[in-house]
Amino acid sequence: MQSHDIVIIGGGPAGLAAAEAAYDAGARDILILERDVRLGGILNQCIHNGFGLHTFGEELTGPEYAERYINMVEERGIRYKLRTIVADIDENKRVTYVNGEEGAVTVQAKAIILAMGCRERPRGALGLPGYRPAGIFTAGTAQRLMNIEGYLVGRRVFVLGSGDIGLIMARRMTLEGATVCGVAELMPYSGGLNRNIVQCLNDYNIPLKLSHTVTMIHGKERVTGVTISEVDGNRRPIPGTEEYYDCDTLLLSCGLLPENELSKSAGIELDRVTGGPVVNDRLQCSVPGVFACGNVLHVHDLVDFVSEEAERAGKNAAHYVAEGEGSDGEATVLKAGPGVRYTVPQTLDAGLMDESVKVRFRVSDVYRDRSVSLYYDGRLISKRKKRIMAPGEMEELILKKSSFDRPVSEIRIAVED
Amino acid sequence: MEKHELTCIQCPIGCALTVTVDGENVTVTGNTCPRGRVYGIKEVTHPSRTVTSTVPVTDGEIPRLSVKTRTDIPKEKIFDVMEVIRKTKVKAPVNLGDVIIENVCGTGTDVIATKSVK
Repeated sequence: MQSHDIVIIGGGPAGLAAAEAAYDAGARDILILERDVRLGGILNQCIHNGFGLHTFGEELTGPEYAERYINMVEERGIRYKLRTIVADIDENKRVTYVNGEEGAVTVQAKAIILAMGCRERPRGALGLPGYRPAGIFTAGTAQRLMNIEGYLVGRRVFVLGSGDIGLIMARRMTLEGATVCGVAELMPYSGGLNRNIVQCLNDYNIPLKLSHTVTMIHGKERVTGVTISEVDGNRRPIPGTEEYYDCDTLLLSCGLLPENELSKSAGIELDRVTGGPVVNDRLQCSVPGVFACGNVLHVHDLVDFVSEEAERAGKNAAHYVAEGEGSDGEATVLKAGPGVRYTVPQTLDAGLMDESVKVRFRVSDVYRDRSVSLYYDGRLISKRKKRIMAPGEMEELILKKSSFDRPVSEIRIAVED
Repeated sequence: MEKHELTCIQCPIGCALTVTVDGENVTVTGNTCPRGRVYGIKEVTHPSRTVTSTVPVTDGEIPRLSVKTRTDIPKEKIFDVMEVIRKTKVKAPVNLGDVIIENVCGTGTDVIATKSVK
Protein backbone atom coordinates (compact mmCIF):
# COMPACT_ATOMS: atom_id res chain seq x y z
CA MET A 1 0.00 0.00 0.00
CA GLN A 2 1.28 3.44 -0.91
CA SER A 3 1.62 5.88 1.96
CA HIS A 4 1.60 9.66 2.26
CA ASP A 5 2.42 11.98 5.13
CA ILE A 6 -0.68 14.13 4.68
CA VAL A 7 -3.78 13.34 2.61
CA ILE A 8 -6.18 16.26 2.19
CA ILE A 9 -9.78 15.43 1.30
CA GLY A 10 -11.08 18.27 -0.88
CA GLY A 11 -9.35 20.89 -3.04
CA GLY A 12 -11.56 23.88 -2.23
CA PRO A 13 -10.47 26.92 -0.22
CA ALA A 14 -9.92 24.90 2.97
CA GLY A 15 -7.94 22.10 1.31
CA LEU A 16 -5.75 24.51 -0.67
CA ALA A 17 -4.87 26.71 2.33
CA ALA A 18 -4.22 23.65 4.48
CA ALA A 19 -1.87 22.22 1.83
CA GLU A 20 0.05 25.48 1.46
CA ALA A 21 0.47 25.88 5.23
CA ALA A 22 1.43 22.22 5.75
CA TYR A 23 4.14 22.60 3.10
CA ASP A 24 5.42 25.81 4.65
CA ALA A 25 5.57 24.06 8.03
CA GLY A 26 7.91 21.45 6.53
CA ALA A 27 5.67 18.71 5.15
CA ARG A 28 6.55 17.56 1.62
CA ASP A 29 4.62 14.36 0.97
CA ILE A 30 1.17 15.95 0.61
CA LEU A 31 -1.67 14.72 -1.61
CA ILE A 32 -4.90 16.62 -2.30
CA LEU A 33 -7.89 14.59 -3.54
CA GLU A 34 -10.53 16.64 -5.40
CA ARG A 35 -13.63 15.27 -7.09
CA ASP A 36 -14.27 18.19 -9.48
CA VAL A 37 -12.41 18.87 -12.74
CA ARG A 38 -10.43 21.75 -11.27
CA LEU A 39 -9.22 22.96 -7.90
CA GLY A 40 -10.96 25.85 -6.13
CA GLY A 41 -14.19 24.25 -4.97
CA ILE A 42 -17.26 26.42 -4.56
CA LEU A 43 -15.23 29.60 -5.24
CA ASN A 44 -15.24 28.75 -8.95
CA GLN A 45 -18.97 29.45 -9.14
CA CYS A 46 -18.98 32.41 -6.72
CA ILE A 47 -18.21 34.91 -9.46
CA HIS A 48 -19.32 37.93 -7.37
CA ASN A 49 -16.84 40.10 -5.50
CA GLY A 50 -16.30 40.62 -1.80
CA PHE A 51 -13.73 37.90 -1.08
CA GLY A 52 -10.25 38.47 0.29
CA LEU A 53 -10.53 41.72 2.27
CA HIS A 54 -9.04 40.04 5.36
CA THR A 55 -6.56 37.72 3.59
CA PHE A 56 -5.23 39.94 0.80
CA GLY A 57 -6.48 43.41 1.79
CA GLU A 58 -8.36 43.78 -1.49
CA GLU A 59 -11.73 42.83 -2.84
CA LEU A 60 -11.60 39.82 -5.17
CA THR A 61 -14.15 37.61 -6.90
CA GLY A 62 -14.36 33.95 -5.89
CA PRO A 63 -12.42 32.61 -8.90
CA GLU A 64 -9.65 35.19 -8.38
CA TYR A 65 -9.37 34.24 -4.71
CA ALA A 66 -9.22 30.55 -5.67
CA GLU A 67 -6.57 31.14 -8.32
CA ARG A 68 -4.22 32.78 -5.80
CA TYR A 69 -4.35 29.66 -3.62
CA ILE A 70 -4.16 27.31 -6.61
CA ASN A 71 -0.99 29.17 -7.66
CA MET A 72 0.49 28.76 -4.17
CA VAL A 73 -0.16 25.02 -4.37
CA GLU A 74 1.31 24.79 -7.89
CA GLU A 75 4.39 26.84 -6.98
CA ARG A 76 5.15 24.47 -4.13
CA GLY A 77 4.74 21.44 -6.37
CA ILE A 78 2.10 19.94 -4.09
CA ARG A 79 0.49 16.92 -5.75
CA TYR A 80 -3.24 16.70 -6.37
CA LYS A 81 -5.63 14.38 -8.15
CA LEU A 82 -8.74 15.75 -9.89
CA ARG A 83 -11.93 13.82 -10.78
CA THR A 84 -11.11 11.70 -7.76
CA ILE A 85 -13.70 10.86 -5.16
CA VAL A 86 -12.88 9.54 -1.72
CA ALA A 87 -15.04 6.53 -0.95
CA ASP A 88 -13.87 5.70 2.55
CA ILE A 89 -11.63 6.67 5.43
CA ASP A 90 -11.09 4.23 8.27
CA GLU A 91 -10.00 4.74 11.87
CA ASN A 92 -6.44 3.68 10.97
CA LYS A 93 -6.21 6.59 8.51
CA ARG A 94 -6.44 4.47 5.38
CA VAL A 95 -8.03 6.47 2.57
CA THR A 96 -9.78 4.74 -0.33
CA TYR A 97 -10.32 6.88 -3.42
CA VAL A 98 -11.72 6.16 -6.86
CA ASN A 99 -10.97 7.74 -10.23
CA GLY A 100 -11.19 6.86 -13.91
CA GLU A 101 -7.48 6.16 -14.35
CA GLU A 102 -6.52 4.16 -11.29
CA GLY A 103 -9.82 2.58 -10.28
CA ALA A 104 -10.17 2.10 -6.53
CA VAL A 105 -6.96 2.71 -4.57
CA THR A 106 -6.27 2.58 -0.84
CA VAL A 107 -3.42 4.65 0.61
CA GLN A 108 -2.10 4.91 4.15
CA ALA A 109 -1.94 8.47 5.55
CA LYS A 110 0.08 9.57 8.57
CA ALA A 111 -2.27 12.55 8.90
CA ILE A 112 -5.55 13.41 7.20
CA ILE A 113 -7.06 16.86 6.76
CA LEU A 114 -10.82 16.85 6.28
CA ALA A 115 -11.79 19.69 3.93
CA MET A 116 -14.93 18.38 2.23
CA GLY A 117 -17.01 21.52 2.73
CA CYS A 118 -20.77 21.52 3.13
CA ARG A 119 -23.99 20.83 1.22
CA GLU A 120 -27.19 22.79 0.88
CA ARG A 121 -30.32 21.79 2.75
CA PRO A 122 -32.50 20.28 0.00
CA ARG A 123 -36.26 20.51 -0.52
CA GLY A 124 -36.81 17.08 0.99
CA ALA A 125 -35.44 18.32 4.31
CA LEU A 126 -37.77 21.33 4.40
CA GLY A 127 -41.17 19.63 4.23
CA LEU A 128 -42.62 22.00 1.63
CA PRO A 129 -46.14 21.02 0.50
CA GLY A 130 -46.97 20.64 -3.18
CA TYR A 131 -46.13 18.48 -6.19
CA ARG A 132 -42.62 17.74 -7.41
CA PRO A 133 -42.42 19.83 -10.57
CA ALA A 134 -39.27 20.89 -12.38
CA GLY A 135 -38.03 24.35 -11.47
CA ILE A 136 -37.08 23.86 -7.81
CA PHE A 137 -33.36 24.35 -7.23
CA THR A 138 -31.15 24.95 -4.27
CA ALA A 139 -29.53 28.35 -4.78
CA GLY A 140 -26.05 26.86 -5.13
CA THR A 141 -27.20 24.39 -7.79
CA ALA A 142 -28.75 27.26 -9.75
CA GLN A 143 -25.50 29.18 -9.29
CA ARG A 144 -23.47 26.31 -10.70
CA LEU A 145 -25.82 25.80 -13.67
CA MET A 146 -25.67 29.51 -14.43
CA ASN A 147 -22.06 30.46 -13.77
CA ILE A 148 -20.22 27.27 -14.71
CA GLU A 149 -22.48 25.68 -17.29
CA GLY A 150 -24.23 28.75 -18.68
CA TYR A 151 -27.95 27.96 -18.23
CA LEU A 152 -30.58 30.45 -17.07
CA VAL A 153 -32.65 28.23 -14.80
CA GLY A 154 -35.83 30.34 -14.84
CA ARG A 155 -37.50 33.61 -15.90
CA ARG A 156 -39.78 34.38 -12.94
CA VAL A 157 -38.16 33.41 -9.70
CA PHE A 158 -39.15 33.25 -6.04
CA VAL A 159 -36.50 32.64 -3.37
CA LEU A 160 -37.15 30.86 -0.08
CA GLY A 161 -34.58 31.62 2.61
CA SER A 162 -32.38 34.69 2.92
CA GLY A 163 -29.02 32.91 3.07
CA ASP A 164 -26.23 34.68 1.23
CA ILE A 165 -26.27 32.40 -1.81
CA GLY A 166 -30.00 33.03 -2.29
CA LEU A 167 -29.45 36.79 -2.12
CA ILE A 168 -26.50 36.64 -4.51
CA MET A 169 -28.57 34.56 -6.94
CA ALA A 170 -31.52 36.98 -6.73
CA ARG A 171 -29.20 39.68 -8.08
CA ARG A 172 -27.47 37.42 -10.57
CA MET A 173 -30.75 36.27 -12.16
CA THR A 174 -32.04 39.85 -12.26
CA LEU A 175 -28.90 40.92 -14.13
CA GLU A 176 -29.44 38.10 -16.62
CA GLY A 177 -32.95 39.31 -17.38
CA ALA A 178 -35.09 37.20 -15.02
CA THR A 179 -37.69 38.73 -12.71
CA VAL A 180 -37.21 37.94 -9.04
CA CYS A 181 -40.61 38.33 -7.34
CA GLY A 182 -39.42 38.18 -3.77
CA VAL A 183 -37.49 36.49 -0.98
CA ALA A 184 -39.28 34.87 1.98
CA GLU A 185 -37.46 34.26 5.27
CA LEU A 186 -38.97 32.11 8.01
CA MET A 187 -37.11 33.92 10.79
CA PRO A 188 -37.80 37.52 11.84
CA TYR A 189 -34.24 38.43 10.77
CA SER A 190 -32.21 37.73 7.65
CA GLY A 191 -29.77 34.85 7.50
CA GLY A 192 -27.54 36.75 5.08
CA LEU A 193 -25.06 39.59 5.45
CA ASN A 194 -26.40 43.15 5.53
CA ARG A 195 -24.29 44.06 2.54
CA ASN A 196 -26.07 41.41 0.46
CA ILE A 197 -29.55 42.59 1.52
CA VAL A 198 -28.64 46.09 0.35
CA GLN A 199 -26.69 45.31 -2.80
CA CYS A 200 -28.64 42.27 -4.03
CA LEU A 201 -32.23 43.05 -2.99
CA ASN A 202 -32.66 46.78 -2.25
CA ASP A 203 -30.64 47.79 -5.35
CA TYR A 204 -33.16 45.94 -7.55
CA ASN A 205 -36.33 46.60 -5.48
CA ILE A 206 -36.74 42.91 -4.62
CA PRO A 207 -38.96 42.58 -1.54
CA LEU A 208 -37.68 40.66 1.51
CA LYS A 209 -40.54 39.19 3.51
CA LEU A 210 -39.35 38.31 7.01
CA SER A 211 -41.38 35.80 9.09
CA HIS A 212 -42.82 34.28 5.89
CA THR A 213 -42.53 30.86 4.31
CA VAL A 214 -43.72 28.95 1.27
CA THR A 215 -46.90 27.02 2.13
CA MET A 216 -47.66 25.58 -1.33
CA ILE A 217 -45.71 24.89 -4.50
CA HIS A 218 -48.05 24.94 -7.51
CA GLY A 219 -47.54 23.13 -10.83
CA LYS A 220 -47.23 19.49 -11.86
CA GLU A 221 -44.73 19.47 -14.72
CA ARG A 222 -43.08 22.82 -14.02
CA VAL A 223 -43.50 25.25 -11.15
CA THR A 224 -46.37 27.64 -11.98
CA GLY A 225 -46.41 29.61 -8.74
CA VAL A 226 -45.97 29.56 -4.98
CA THR A 227 -48.21 30.51 -2.08
CA ILE A 228 -46.46 32.15 0.82
CA SER A 229 -47.83 32.83 4.31
CA GLU A 230 -46.78 34.85 7.30
CA VAL A 231 -45.67 32.77 10.31
CA ASP A 232 -46.26 33.36 14.01
CA GLY A 233 -43.71 33.37 16.83
CA ASN A 234 -43.60 29.57 16.72
CA ARG A 235 -42.93 29.65 12.96
CA ARG A 236 -46.39 28.28 12.18
CA PRO A 237 -48.23 29.71 9.15
CA ILE A 238 -51.02 32.14 10.06
CA PRO A 239 -54.26 31.27 8.20
CA GLY A 240 -55.59 34.13 6.11
CA THR A 241 -52.17 35.61 5.32
CA GLU A 242 -51.67 33.62 2.08
CA GLU A 243 -50.30 35.44 -0.95
CA TYR A 244 -49.88 33.89 -4.39
CA TYR A 245 -46.83 34.57 -6.59
CA ASP A 246 -46.81 33.63 -10.23
CA CYS A 247 -43.36 32.13 -10.99
CA ASP A 248 -41.65 29.30 -12.87
CA THR A 249 -38.77 28.76 -10.49
CA LEU A 250 -38.25 28.42 -6.75
CA LEU A 251 -34.75 28.80 -5.32
CA LEU A 252 -33.98 27.43 -1.86
CA SER A 253 -31.41 29.10 0.35
CA CYS A 254 -32.25 27.48 3.65
CA GLY A 255 -28.99 26.62 5.29
CA LEU A 256 -25.82 24.65 4.78
CA LEU A 257 -24.86 21.34 6.35
CA PRO A 258 -21.27 20.17 6.84
CA GLU A 259 -20.62 17.06 4.73
CA ASN A 260 -19.35 14.44 7.17
CA GLU A 261 -20.24 11.03 5.76
CA LEU A 262 -16.51 10.21 5.48
CA SER A 263 -15.84 11.46 9.00
CA LYS A 264 -18.51 9.08 10.27
CA SER A 265 -16.95 6.13 8.48
CA ALA A 266 -13.67 6.95 10.23
CA GLY A 267 -15.45 6.87 13.59
CA ILE A 268 -14.91 10.57 14.24
CA GLU A 269 -17.03 12.17 16.94
CA LEU A 270 -19.37 14.86 15.58
CA ASP A 271 -20.88 17.91 17.27
CA ARG A 272 -24.68 17.87 17.05
CA VAL A 273 -24.95 21.65 16.79
CA THR A 274 -22.26 22.40 14.18
CA GLY A 275 -22.75 19.13 12.29
CA GLY A 276 -18.96 18.97 12.07
CA PRO A 277 -16.27 17.07 14.00
CA VAL A 278 -15.50 17.87 17.62
CA VAL A 279 -11.97 19.35 17.56
CA ASN A 280 -9.35 20.53 20.02
CA ASP A 281 -7.37 23.79 19.80
CA ARG A 282 -5.11 22.20 17.12
CA LEU A 283 -8.26 21.42 15.07
CA GLN A 284 -7.61 17.73 15.62
CA CYS A 285 -10.62 15.41 15.69
CA SER A 286 -11.35 12.58 18.13
CA VAL A 287 -9.18 10.28 15.95
CA PRO A 288 -5.56 11.42 16.49
CA GLY A 289 -3.89 12.67 13.32
CA VAL A 290 -7.16 13.63 11.63
CA PHE A 291 -7.70 17.39 11.37
CA ALA A 292 -10.70 19.35 10.10
CA CYS A 293 -11.11 22.86 8.70
CA GLY A 294 -13.46 25.02 6.67
CA ASN A 295 -17.13 24.33 6.14
CA VAL A 296 -16.84 20.64 6.96
CA LEU A 297 -15.98 21.74 10.50
CA HIS A 298 -18.64 24.48 10.82
CA VAL A 299 -20.27 26.72 8.24
CA HIS A 300 -18.42 30.01 7.79
CA ASP A 301 -19.65 33.39 6.50
CA LEU A 302 -16.38 34.44 4.89
CA VAL A 303 -13.83 32.44 2.92
CA ASP A 304 -11.10 34.54 4.54
CA PHE A 305 -11.90 32.85 7.86
CA VAL A 306 -11.85 29.44 6.15
CA SER A 307 -8.35 30.08 4.80
CA GLU A 308 -7.07 31.24 8.18
CA GLU A 309 -8.54 28.22 9.97
CA ALA A 310 -7.29 25.80 7.28
CA GLU A 311 -3.77 27.19 7.53
CA ARG A 312 -3.82 26.35 11.23
CA ALA A 313 -5.02 22.81 10.46
CA GLY A 314 -2.30 22.39 7.81
CA LYS A 315 0.44 23.62 10.12
CA ASN A 316 -0.74 21.37 12.96
CA ALA A 317 -0.96 18.34 10.67
CA ALA A 318 2.66 18.96 9.57
CA HIS A 319 3.76 19.15 13.22
CA TYR A 320 1.85 15.95 13.99
CA VAL A 321 3.66 14.12 11.19
CA ALA A 322 7.05 15.45 12.31
CA GLU A 323 6.71 15.10 16.07
CA GLY A 324 3.77 12.84 16.79
CA GLU A 325 0.95 13.84 18.97
CA GLY A 326 2.89 14.86 22.06
CA SER A 327 1.53 14.24 25.51
CA ASP A 328 -2.17 14.64 25.81
CA GLY A 329 -2.90 16.32 29.11
CA GLU A 330 -6.31 16.77 30.64
CA ALA A 331 -8.47 18.52 28.07
CA THR A 332 -10.34 21.65 29.03
CA VAL A 333 -13.88 21.64 27.66
CA LEU A 334 -15.37 24.72 26.00
CA LYS A 335 -19.07 25.13 26.69
CA ALA A 336 -21.57 27.31 24.88
CA GLY A 337 -23.38 29.21 27.64
CA PRO A 338 -26.70 31.09 27.38
CA GLY A 339 -27.06 32.95 24.06
CA VAL A 340 -24.22 30.99 22.40
CA ARG A 341 -25.04 28.17 19.98
CA TYR A 342 -21.64 26.55 19.69
CA THR A 343 -17.90 27.06 19.94
CA VAL A 344 -15.06 25.79 17.74
CA PRO A 345 -12.82 24.32 19.07
CA GLN A 346 -14.79 22.33 21.63
CA THR A 347 -11.77 21.34 23.74
CA LEU A 348 -8.41 22.87 24.55
CA ASP A 349 -5.15 21.56 25.94
CA ALA A 350 -3.72 24.38 28.03
CA GLY A 351 -0.35 22.62 28.23
CA LEU A 352 0.17 22.22 24.49
CA MET A 353 -1.73 25.23 23.20
CA ASP A 354 -0.14 28.03 21.14
CA GLU A 355 0.48 31.40 22.81
CA SER A 356 -3.05 32.30 21.78
CA VAL A 357 -5.98 30.33 20.39
CA LYS A 358 -8.85 31.78 18.38
CA VAL A 359 -12.28 30.51 19.40
CA ARG A 360 -15.08 31.03 16.90
CA PHE A 361 -18.72 30.93 17.95
CA ARG A 362 -22.22 31.89 16.91
CA VAL A 363 -24.91 33.52 19.00
CA SER A 364 -28.44 32.13 18.97
CA ASP A 365 -30.44 35.35 18.40
CA VAL A 366 -29.99 39.00 17.44
CA TYR A 367 -28.57 40.81 20.48
CA ARG A 368 -28.08 44.58 20.83
CA ASP A 369 -25.83 46.16 23.46
CA ARG A 370 -25.03 42.93 25.23
CA SER A 371 -21.72 41.51 26.46
CA VAL A 372 -19.73 38.41 25.70
CA SER A 373 -18.52 36.93 29.00
CA LEU A 374 -15.75 34.41 29.40
CA TYR A 375 -15.62 32.14 32.46
CA TYR A 376 -12.98 29.65 33.62
CA ASP A 377 -14.63 27.20 36.02
CA GLY A 378 -17.18 29.84 36.95
CA ARG A 379 -14.61 32.65 37.42
CA LEU A 380 -15.32 35.69 35.21
CA ILE A 381 -12.18 36.26 33.12
CA SER A 382 -13.36 38.93 30.69
CA LYS A 383 -16.48 40.76 29.62
CA ARG A 384 -16.66 42.62 26.35
CA LYS A 385 -19.55 44.84 25.26
CA LYS A 386 -20.87 44.42 21.70
CA ARG A 387 -23.15 46.85 19.89
CA ILE A 388 -24.73 44.06 17.91
CA MET A 389 -24.45 40.31 17.47
CA ALA A 390 -26.47 38.19 15.06
CA PRO A 391 -26.61 34.47 14.23
CA GLY A 392 -25.50 35.26 10.68
CA GLU A 393 -22.23 36.89 11.76
CA MET A 394 -19.59 34.63 13.29
CA GLU A 395 -17.99 35.97 16.49
CA GLU A 396 -14.50 35.32 17.81
CA LEU A 397 -12.61 35.43 21.06
CA ILE A 398 -8.89 34.98 21.70
CA LEU A 399 -7.73 32.79 24.59
CA LYS A 400 -4.20 33.52 25.79
CA LYS A 401 -2.00 30.76 27.13
CA SER A 402 -0.89 33.15 29.87
CA SER A 403 -4.47 33.34 31.19
CA PHE A 404 -4.27 29.70 32.28
CA ASP A 405 -2.33 30.29 35.50
CA ARG A 406 -3.99 27.26 37.12
CA PRO A 407 -5.70 24.14 35.76
CA VAL A 408 -9.12 24.82 34.25
CA SER A 409 -11.62 22.09 33.49
CA GLU A 410 -14.35 24.17 31.85
CA ILE A 411 -14.34 27.34 29.76
CA ARG A 412 -17.74 28.92 29.23
CA ILE A 413 -18.71 31.67 26.79
CA ALA A 414 -22.05 33.39 27.32
CA VAL A 415 -24.06 36.39 26.15
CA GLU A 416 -25.02 38.55 29.15
CA ASP A 417 -26.38 42.01 29.95
CA MET B 1 -35.37 68.78 -0.96
CA GLU B 2 -35.32 64.98 -1.25
CA LYS B 3 -34.97 62.31 1.40
CA HIS B 4 -33.45 58.83 0.99
CA GLU B 5 -33.84 55.97 3.46
CA LEU B 6 -30.82 53.62 3.42
CA THR B 7 -29.29 50.80 5.43
CA CYS B 8 -25.62 51.42 6.12
CA ILE B 9 -23.41 48.47 5.11
CA GLN B 10 -20.12 49.57 6.65
CA CYS B 11 -20.47 47.16 9.58
CA PRO B 12 -22.95 44.58 10.93
CA ILE B 13 -24.92 47.16 12.97
CA GLY B 14 -26.72 48.27 9.78
CA CYS B 15 -27.81 51.74 10.91
CA ALA B 16 -30.98 53.10 9.27
CA LEU B 17 -29.76 56.27 7.57
CA THR B 18 -31.81 59.18 6.34
CA VAL B 19 -29.95 61.20 3.73
CA THR B 20 -31.41 64.61 2.90
CA VAL B 21 -30.34 66.40 -0.27
CA ASP B 22 -31.06 70.13 -0.38
CA GLY B 23 -29.31 71.54 -3.44
CA GLU B 24 -25.58 71.33 -2.68
CA ASN B 25 -26.26 70.44 0.92
CA VAL B 26 -26.30 66.73 1.81
CA THR B 27 -26.97 65.74 5.41
CA VAL B 28 -27.01 62.29 6.98
CA THR B 29 -28.90 61.35 10.14
CA GLY B 30 -29.30 57.99 11.86
CA ASN B 31 -25.62 57.09 11.52
CA THR B 32 -23.66 56.23 14.67
CA CYS B 33 -20.18 56.74 13.26
CA PRO B 34 -18.36 58.88 10.65
CA ARG B 35 -18.18 55.98 8.17
CA GLY B 36 -21.97 55.98 7.97
CA ARG B 37 -21.97 59.64 6.95
CA VAL B 38 -19.44 59.07 4.17
CA TYR B 39 -21.37 56.01 2.95
CA GLY B 40 -24.72 57.83 2.99
CA ILE B 41 -23.41 60.77 0.98
CA LYS B 42 -21.73 58.54 -1.62
CA GLU B 43 -24.79 56.32 -2.01
CA VAL B 44 -26.98 59.30 -2.74
CA THR B 45 -24.60 61.37 -4.86
CA HIS B 46 -22.43 58.82 -6.75
CA PRO B 47 -23.58 55.25 -6.07
CA SER B 48 -21.32 52.74 -7.80
CA ARG B 49 -20.97 48.94 -8.00
CA THR B 50 -18.66 46.30 -9.40
CA VAL B 51 -20.49 44.22 -11.99
CA THR B 52 -19.65 40.51 -12.26
CA SER B 53 -20.96 38.07 -14.85
CA THR B 54 -19.86 35.34 -17.25
CA VAL B 55 -19.31 35.05 -21.00
CA PRO B 56 -19.17 31.92 -23.15
CA VAL B 57 -15.67 30.64 -23.94
CA THR B 58 -14.98 28.28 -26.85
CA ASP B 59 -12.17 25.73 -27.17
CA GLY B 60 -11.56 25.82 -23.40
CA GLU B 61 -11.61 23.21 -20.65
CA ILE B 62 -14.82 24.83 -19.29
CA PRO B 63 -17.71 26.53 -21.18
CA ARG B 64 -18.02 29.81 -19.22
CA LEU B 65 -15.48 32.49 -18.31
CA SER B 66 -16.19 34.66 -15.26
CA VAL B 67 -15.60 38.41 -15.72
CA LYS B 68 -15.88 41.67 -13.75
CA THR B 69 -15.56 45.41 -14.21
CA ARG B 70 -12.04 46.28 -13.08
CA THR B 71 -13.39 49.04 -10.83
CA ASP B 72 -16.81 50.22 -9.67
CA ILE B 73 -19.05 51.71 -12.31
CA PRO B 74 -21.94 54.15 -11.77
CA LYS B 75 -24.94 52.19 -10.54
CA GLU B 76 -27.24 53.48 -13.28
CA LYS B 77 -24.95 51.92 -15.92
CA ILE B 78 -25.26 48.35 -14.59
CA PHE B 79 -27.87 47.17 -17.10
CA ASP B 80 -26.09 48.88 -20.06
CA VAL B 81 -22.89 47.06 -19.09
CA MET B 82 -24.76 43.77 -18.75
CA GLU B 83 -26.18 44.27 -22.25
CA VAL B 84 -22.65 44.47 -23.70
CA ILE B 85 -21.36 41.56 -21.60
CA ARG B 86 -24.26 39.41 -22.82
CA LYS B 87 -23.22 39.94 -26.47
CA THR B 88 -19.57 39.04 -25.82
CA LYS B 89 -17.92 35.71 -26.70
CA VAL B 90 -14.28 34.74 -26.23
CA LYS B 91 -11.89 31.99 -27.29
CA ALA B 92 -9.56 30.07 -24.97
CA PRO B 93 -6.86 30.39 -23.76
CA VAL B 94 -7.65 33.29 -21.44
CA ASN B 95 -5.59 34.43 -18.48
CA LEU B 96 -6.88 35.96 -15.28
CA GLY B 97 -6.80 39.73 -15.72
CA ASP B 98 -7.02 39.73 -19.54
CA VAL B 99 -9.11 42.60 -20.89
CA ILE B 100 -12.34 41.19 -22.37
CA ILE B 101 -14.16 44.48 -23.13
CA GLU B 102 -12.26 47.77 -23.24
CA ASN B 103 -13.77 50.91 -21.69
CA VAL B 104 -17.19 49.33 -21.35
CA CYS B 105 -20.06 51.76 -22.14
CA GLY B 106 -17.69 54.71 -21.88
CA THR B 107 -17.29 54.18 -18.13
CA GLY B 108 -13.50 54.36 -18.42
CA THR B 109 -13.18 50.89 -16.90
CA ASP B 110 -12.53 47.55 -18.63
CA VAL B 111 -14.28 44.24 -18.20
CA ILE B 112 -11.59 41.70 -17.30
CA ALA B 113 -11.35 37.92 -16.89
CA THR B 114 -11.47 36.64 -13.29
CA LYS B 115 -10.44 33.08 -14.18
CA SER B 116 -7.80 31.46 -16.36
CA VAL B 117 -9.20 29.05 -18.95
CA LYS B 118 -6.81 26.75 -20.80
